[in-house]
Parts: sequence; structure tokens; C-alpha cells
Amino acid sequence: MAQSTRERYRVDPVRTRRRAWPFPLNIYQSAVGRKWVMALTGIGLVGFALIHMVGNLHVYEGPARMYEYAETLRTLGGGLVPKSFVLWLMRLGLTGMFALHLHAAITLKDMSRHSSDNAGLMSGAKKYAGGRDHIAATYASRTMRWTGPIIALYLLFHLADLTWGWWLGPDFIRGDPYHNVATSLSSLPVAILYVVANAALALHIFHGAWSIFQSLGVNNPRYNHLRRGLAAGIAGLILIGNLSFPILTQTGLISEDNRACPINDSDGLVCLAEEAEGH
Amino acid sequence: MSDTISVTVKVWRQNGPDSPGGFETHPQQISIDASFLEMLDLLNEQLNDRGEEPIVFESDCREGICGTCGVMINGRAHGPQKATATCQLHMREFADGDEIVIEPFRAAGFPVIRDLAVDRSPLDHIIESGGYISVGSGAAPDANLTPVPKDAAEQAFDAAACIGCGACVAACPNSAAQLFTSAKVGHMALLPQGQPERWSRTEAMVDVMETYFGSCTNHGECHEACPKEISLDFIAYLNRDYVRAKVKNRALSGQR
Amino acid sequence: MEPGTTPQPNPTVLDSKVPDGPIADLWENHKFSMNLVNPSNKRKFEVIVVGTGLAGASAAATLGELGYRVKAFTFHDSPRRAHSIAAQGGINAAKNYPNDGDSVHRLFYDTVKGGDYRSREANVHRLAEVSVNIIDQATAQGVPFARDYGGLLDNRSFGGAQVSRTFYARGQTGQQLLLGAYSALMRQVAAGTVELHNRSELLDVVLKDGRACGIVTRDLLSGEVTPHSAHAVVLATGGYGNVYFLSTNAMMCNVTAAWRAHRRGALFANPCYTQIHPTCIPASDDFQSKLTLMSESLRNDGRIWVPSGAGDGRAAGDIPEGERDYYLERKYPAFGNLVPRDVASRNAKTVVDAGHGVGPLNNGVFLDFAAAIERDGHDAIATRYGNLFDMYQRITGENPYTSPMRIYPASHYTMGGLWVDYHLMTNVPGLYAVGEANFSDHGANRLGASALMQGLADGYFVLPYTIGDDLAGLLGDSVVPTDDPVFTAAVAGVEDETGRWLSTNGSRSVDHFHRELGRIVWDNIGMARTESGLRKALSDIPALRDEFHRDVRVLGSADTLNQSLEKAGRVADFFDLAELMARDALEREESCGGHFREEHQTAEGEAQRDDDNFSHVAAWEWNGPDTPQTRHVEELTFDNVALSQRSYK
Repeated sequence: MAQSTRERYRVDPVRTRRRAWPFPLNIYQSAVGRKWVMALTGIGLVGFALIHMVGNLHVYEGPARMYEYAETLRTLGGGLVPKSFVLWLMRLGLTGMFALHLHAAITLKDMSRHSSDNAGLMSGAKKYAGGRDHIAATYASRTMRWTGPIIALYLLFHLADLTWGWWLGPDFIRGDPYHNVATSLSSLPVAILYVVANAALALHIFHGAWSIFQSLGVNNPRYNHLRRGLAAGIAGLILIGNLSFPILTQTGLISEDNRACPINDSDGLVCLAEEAEGH
Repeated sequence: MSDTISVTVKVWRQNGPDSPGGFETHPQQISIDASFLEMLDLLNEQLNDRGEEPIVFESDCREGICGTCGVMINGRAHGPQKATATCQLHMREFADGDEIVIEPFRAAGFPVIRDLAVDRSPLDHIIESGGYISVGSGAAPDANLTPVPKDAAEQAFDAAACIGCGACVAACPNSAAQLFTSAKVGHMALLPQGQPERWSRTEAMVDVMETYFGSCTNHGECHEACPKEISLDFIAYLNRDYVRAKVKNRALSGQR
Repeated sequence: MEPGTTPQPNPTVLDSKVPDGPIADLWENHKFSMNLVNPSNKRKFEVIVVGTGLAGASAAATLGELGYRVKAFTFHDSPRRAHSIAAQGGINAAKNYPNDGDSVHRLFYDTVKGGDYRSREANVHRLAEVSVNIIDQATAQGVPFARDYGGLLDNRSFGGAQVSRTFYARGQTGQQLLLGAYSALMRQVAAGTVELHNRSELLDVVLKDGRACGIVTRDLLSGEVTPHSAHAVVLATGGYGNVYFLSTNAMMCNVTAAWRAHRRGALFANPCYTQIHPTCIPASDDFQSKLTLMSESLRNDGRIWVPSGAGDGRAAGDIPEGERDYYLERKYPAFGNLVPRDVASRNAKTVVDAGHGVGPLNNGVFLDFAAAIERDGHDAIATRYGNLFDMYQRITGENPYTSPMRIYPASHYTMGGLWVDYHLMTNVPGLYAVGEANFSDHGANRLGASALMQGLADGYFVLPYTIGDDLAGLLGDSVVPTDDPVFTAAVAGVEDETGRWLSTNGSRSVDHFHRELGRIVWDNIGMARTESGLRKALSDIPALRDEFHRDVRVLGSADTLNQSLEKAGRVADFFDLAELMARDALEREESCGGHFREEHQTAEGEAQRDDDNFSHVAAWEWNGPDTPQTRHVEELTFDNVALSQRSYK
């Protein structure tokens, strides 16, 4: 029997389906499942960004309160667990979420790139040679793949800067976050970098937070109109909070001019602890 | 007689799936009462008179319901008018002196056949994988046996209105077919008749969809391009149902 | 009829093979008396179904479910594109859910009467019987019919029917029913019982020893010409309304499949029965490609009028009430704007021909909602007709809320088609025709919301039974191999034809000739026909056809997607069909339904039937390209419906 027309013109699939992994890992094999993972990790990461920003507002209460806040994080879990245990658990969790978010994003991007390659156009060229006129896609949604890497690089810089203290050198005092922040952000290039990166973060969250609802199918026509506003609210809140640190440092509001305790990692920390105690 | 405008048509020409393509430019005088496709008809008539091969483009009903037509017009699927398929677009939407860039709907899943015609058969494969309710002819109970709440029926209709034109894929920066697939899944998931196969259908259709098309990143371009204005809500329902299906299908097959 | 130069076969009286018995039990009893094919033997039979609209998709799906090996062909890229999809209004069924006195017999009666007593009683009764199953089937498939607040199916009255028996899905009933049939078809494709061939156009029907044994198709993408063999061939290829060029049919609708079957011996019945729909948007330019239908429901609230004075160039708003002629309300006080389609259409033509036409090309009449908007309010009208008003505005750029719509009749549906017997088999054994492609159920005029009903009835519930009766006798016979001389000759003929179009090297496009042909057909075989006009058509059509064959220009090659080449073959068949339409209309010396001969009208200007001489089906037999067809007849008897003169005064 002659081969059917349909078979002869069967469009080649862009990808083949692999053998199914065991449940529930097989969910991650599909793009829809991967978007779920992106959304769930996104919730965790946005939550972290929000809490991180709010926690950092302690900087406006002075070095002692900031010291106390940092200390609180290390002693989460009270006496039940070793010091910093819970903090490290959270760090591990965040790293895991971040890695999953990144892996899903990269593989999904790859999938979409292959799905837009087309005969008649060079591979990797724009989808439409004659140009596109976007209607609904926002600047934020179209730049996710740029804001994402910017945030990742910024995160590495941020960790190296204020967690590991790679380039503050002797100026970096572990345990005195107020001092480290004030020192780092008083440099204009660093401040600018923080501003740019946080703008990218806000853009990313603006689309991401809305997207979470869609990807997880959290959908109720009665409340759908609130989703954009909520996303904008969260992104805006994080943006304003985070931008305040570099900007106010540059304008001199965050400074160590009136600091009572000495700046070092021995009696300086003891002084901060006592000040916080007496507060 | 009606007003006439002069436009410059910059149209994609490509001889076959593997031939290189490129733009060709034609000046065109046209009545504003003409439809966009009639403008192309007229251009083809002129090309034919000059001994040049007419531009291949597809259309059939020209009433915006069959889904055969569809091209990118100035970077928008189905052109500038909202909720309007290419065949219902009229030249009064353009101004004298406009340049009109026409490209085929592009996606790896929609290879170009010739000029503006593309192969959209992967959409059929998605339907084939589960876009039906298994009821043989004659096996149906009385139509009024199962009442369907009016709202559910209306919402199912909103999804079922999809004409399968592929504009959603064309407009999507990722070439995802989520809106098309979710419309069919949503239509059937909202009706009682669709329940027995709800979970197997959702899983099967998404799996086939993903072998041809990209991943949805919630831009929302598909909804804007859709001549039937199918809601993004159906994509949300699809995403929710898919992961639920993974769990339910496992339970249905006896694995817990 | 001019005698041909070659001797013709004698006209015969056709046997419809309707079984004897009381009409109410006919189908039920016949189902029992037909031969069956054992379930395990069904897979030994191959069936070709051409066309995947309502009739074709439902037939292919059902035959696949039964176990036959089916090959379904469509020239579209997908079965879902078929023009059934554009039907707006609804589908009739004798469910009697509203409890308003409907019954199978009433639907049967209304359909026979609406067809002006030119349809076959037994077929129509069967159609009315299975209509109820269609609604059940479609609902089970997930077709989202309109429902009331209790969640049960809603009905409306349609096209002047006195009961509410029309099921509908917004204004897209055809779309939803087709998508239902399409999904059933795709389910069988997935199951492997149906092999789907898309983008394949039938270009010949192949017979061996007088029996249909297969078809020849051209792959529209590669140009490859392929023979396909089967035990039976089903044509579900729609109507021929595009012979008018401007019609509400889709651009690709054509008569080619039916016509090629006709050229191989299948009789073509009642070609002059064409339906002109009264509410379409008139053409705005000379190069208009098609006309768009506006739902008939608009006439429920719109008032139709033209300026009293001929050649009145004023805008509608500037014409005072006293100078408006509400001609339907004036002539038909009882039915007013709701007279049947043919009456409304003909009256529009009369006033436009008399110079009262409106619009830039003076080619329409007003359909005015001002009174309805004043009475019910803007919002009520918007709820009822919002979609239609939007569509009108998109196409014309005019706002129907503030200025009246302009409408004019356009070709919409064709009741004529391949002659079939009670089994839906043509006179060629093994060759079936279903849906609009056959002539059977609508007589001389189709009622609103009955086309969808007939297509699905044939495909889901009639053909699957009747085809088995014939196939049962073929058990053990294998299909004719595709290397048989009958196939190679047919393939060569098709290749020859495509080569001829490409080498004609004329000067005018295919569309040019189609448009010119359409003008002749519309002017002379349109809403009102005269002997002189038909004779003019009979001399103009062959002249234009000669020019077409001499001067058409088809560029490009045969081995790629070539739309001009596709159209050339279709238009060639339209030429032959148009000629036959004229002859059929000329021979039928009466007026009935969509066929209105000006010589045959009552004193009031209504269609005057001649039941003594024309209560029959005219079925034409092809005698070769240069010889006139032979007219055969099938006598129609009406034992269950009393013949009467339609009156809408």
C-alpha cells in the first residue's frame, strides 16, 4: 500500500521523547512540569528576596541592630541545633532552588530556540526577518533570559563582596554587616552595579511573579485582574528596598561617622553585642 | 467608487521548504474596501499577467472560521486588527503610503511549504493524540440525560471556538502551542462528557505538543493574536491539569 | 434539447430502490432486511471516503469504528477546514424538547413541503428519524450546544418554522459539529482504522467492469498522481455553489469530484436547484472574491426596504419615511420580512433590477434595525446580534447601529448533485454520494438548519448501514490492483490534463475566466430564469469555455504547490456543469423552490409548479465531451404528504 500523504509530509518533531523517569521525576521531563518547578522555586526565591530585603532594613537602625539581626539568623533553631545549622539548611535549600530554577530555564530556553528555528531563515536568526510587533509581551517578559543571567552574576558578586569578603580585604569584618555594607556601597562603581542589578531583579520578578500564577494554574477569573498588580507590588517593594541601600549610602545616610563601637572583629563585635543587649 | 490607497507590499517568497527565501517588493494601488487577501489576489492577477508566478498563500472560507488563512503582517499574526483573521482584515486598516511586510507563520513545527503557505499538521497530531471524546456512532445516550450548567457550557464554548489557524504559535516568541492545546483540553475538561478521559487526554496531548513546539513563558502574545480571543486562563487550567494528570493517571493505573 | 450527433441511450425511469411498506417503519424494517458484514470480515474491506466535511468525516469515522479499512481524502491541510465549518444557524432535530408539538412526521412533512414537493419521501422520512440520534451523538462528543439555565439543551425556531426544533451553538453550529466529527475522525486515525490523506485532490474515479474500484488523486504539494483502490468509494465533496464565482462558499469549494464521477457514468440530478440566500453582504468592488453570509435570524428584527424612487442616491438617513418602500411587508402582510429564502431573494432582485438598489454599486437593499433599536433598545439588539453587527462593520466599515445594513442575495447551497438511490449509492455500483454532494433530501429548496442535519445523518447513521448491504456480496474479492490497466489509464489521463493546462500558454488567468463564467451563470441561471436567458447561457458558456481552453495562462510547474493549476481543472468542470444547469433549467418548464422560471408564476408572482409533468427528478447521463447529456427521470410519488401551493400572503 502506498505510503500515505500524511506520512510523507509528517513534520519532523523538534525533539524525541525520552524514556519516562519514575514518578514524580517524570513531571520534570515535560516543559509544563519544568515550568512548575520554575514557578515553585520562583516562589522560594522571590520569598527569599523579599525577606532578605526586609531583614536588611535593620541597617537603618544602626550597626548594633544589624549585628543582632545577623546573629539571630545564625542562632535560628535555638539551642536545639548547632549554631548556624538552620542557616546552612536555608542556604542549601536556596542553592538547590537556584540550581533547579537555572537548569529549567536553560533547558526550556533551548527547547524554545529549537522550536523557532525555521527553514528559510538562518538558525539562530530572529524568528521574523521582517521584524516583530509585540502587543502583550512586556519588556520584562522578553528580557527574562537577560535579566536572569545578570541576576546570577550579580548574586556571585554579592556573595563574594559581602559574604566572603573577597575584595574588601582587611576592611571586611565577618560579623559586622553594617560596616561591610557601608564600606562596599560607599564605592560609586559598586553602588551603580547594585542599582543596575536590582533593576534587573525587579524586572525579572515583575514577569516571574505573574508567570507563577499561570504556570501553576492558580487561576480564578474573579481575582485574575489582581495578579499583575500583585506582581508589580512585590517587584516594586523589593526594588525600592534594595535600591535604598546603595543610594542612601552614597548620599551619606548610611555611614559610620557616628558609630560608637570600634571597627574590628574582636572588641568591636563585643561592643556591638553589648549595645544590642542594652537596647 | 471607494477610496484608493497606494501601499508597498514587501512579501516573503520561497520556492520550497529547503530553498532560500527572501522578500520581494511590489507597489500596489488598492481600494480601501478590499479585503487584505483580495489585495493579494489582485497582485497575483498582475503577476500572472506579467508572466510571473503568483504568490502562494492559503485561504478558504474567507469568513474567519476555517482557519486556513494566516500570515504575519507588519510583525503581527493576522495583522493589526484585534480578533480578526487575515481574511477578515480590510485595507481600510492601512494608510496611504504604508509599507506592508508579509511573512509566513514561522515555527519549526510549521515548515514553509511555499511562499506564505506553511504546514500546520502538527496541530492535527496534537488532536489525534487525545483531542476527542471516545464515543462511537450510535453509542450516545439521550442528549438531555446529562445536564451541563450553562456557565460551564458557555466557558467550554469559549475554548471550543478555536479555529486552529496557528496564529498563537506564530505570535509566540517561543513558538509554543499552549493556547491551541489548552483550548481543546479546556473545552473537554469543562464538560461532563469529557471527564472519563480527562487525565489521559491532558497528558497525551501535552506530551505530543512538546515534541513539536516550544515552552510557554507566559508572554501573552498568543491571546492577542488569536482571532477568537481565547483566554490565557485556559493555559493556566492546562498547566494545573497536566501535573494533576501525572498523579491521577498513576492512581488510575493502580500505582499509588 | 438539441439532439446530439451521436446516438444516445434511451432515457430510462430510474429505480430508487425504496422498499415497500408504510413510511414510518420503512427504515426500521429495511435495516433488518439488509445484509450484514460479520465484524471480523469488515477489516477485509477497504473503503475510500473523499471529503472530510460533516458527511465525509462522520462517514469515515463511523466506518472506521465499525472495522472497515478506510482511506479518507481531503484537499485541505486538515479535515477541520471543510466548509461545513462556516454554517452559522443551527441543526434541526425532531426531539420535541420544547414540547411544542414537533415530531418525526412533522419534520418530515415540513422538509418535503419546504422542498416544494421535489424530494423523495422515503429519504426525507429517514432523515427526520435519525435527526434525533445526531443530537445525542454530537452532545456526547462534547459539542457545546446552547443550554438553558437548567443545563438542558436550548432550541430556537429558525427560518420561519412553526416549532422550535433548531439546536445551535452560538452562531457557529457548523464549526462545532464539524469539530466533533473531526475529533471522531482523528480518533480513528490514531486507532489506525482510517488512513488520512491530506492535501490530496480527487481527479478521477476509476471503474472496472462498471463498478467503482478506486480513485486517482493528485498530491497538491508534490504534484504526484496516485491511484488508490478500494471496494467502495464514497464522495462527500460538497456542493457546486462556486459555479457563480461569487457565492458564500469557500474559495476552494468545487464540483470536480462529483463531476469526474459524472463523466465516468454517475448521473447528475437536478443541477438547476440552487439556493440563493437572501441576507448576504453585497459586493463592494469588481474584484471581490467572495460574499459573506449574514445569519437569516437578522430578518426577525430587521425591516427590509428600498427607496421608492428609482436611482435615489441619498443616504438612508436622508430618505423620509414616506419615500421608503418596505416591499416585503407590503406584498406579504402575513409573513412580512420572514418569507422563505427564495421569496425574499427574488423580491430583492426585482427591486434592484428596477433601479431601486442602494449602496455605492446600487446592488443591495436596506436591512434596517432602527425600529427594533427604538423598540427594544440598543443593548437588547447588541445582545442578540452583536457578533453579526461586528462582522458587518469589519467587512463594510459601516456601523449597522446607526445606518441600515445593505444586503443582497448570494448563492449559498445547491440542492442538486449526484443521483443516489435509497442506499445513497449512485447508479454506478460501489460509488456512493453523501451530504451536499448528493441530490436526495431537500428537493427544490432546502430549509434553514437542515444541511448540517443531512450531512451528519448520511455519515453517522445511513451510509454505515447501507454500505454493508452492498459490500457483503463482495466477500472474498480483493481490490483491483493499482497497476491494473484501468488505473494506469486514469493516471495517464490526469497527468495529461495537468500538462495541458501548463502548456496552454494563454493570456488570462484562471480567475478571470471563472469570474466571467460566474457572471453568465448569475445573470441567466440565478434567482429568476427565462427561456431566452437560458438559451443565451447555452450559447455564451460554450463560447467562453472554448476561449478558456485556448487562452488560459497557468504558470509554474506541476511538481510543486501550484494553486492556479489546481483551479484550472476545477473551473473547467464548472464550465461543463454550468451548461448542464442551463439545460436542466430549460427543460424544467415549471417553477419550484429555488428554480424560478418567470414564464411559470401565479398571478401573484409566486412559483407555479407543474405536478402533472414535472413531479420527477431529472438525472443526467454524460455522453462524452461533445455530446449533450441524456435526461433520465425518477418519478416522485407523494403518498404521505398532500401537494399544495405555497403561499405566504
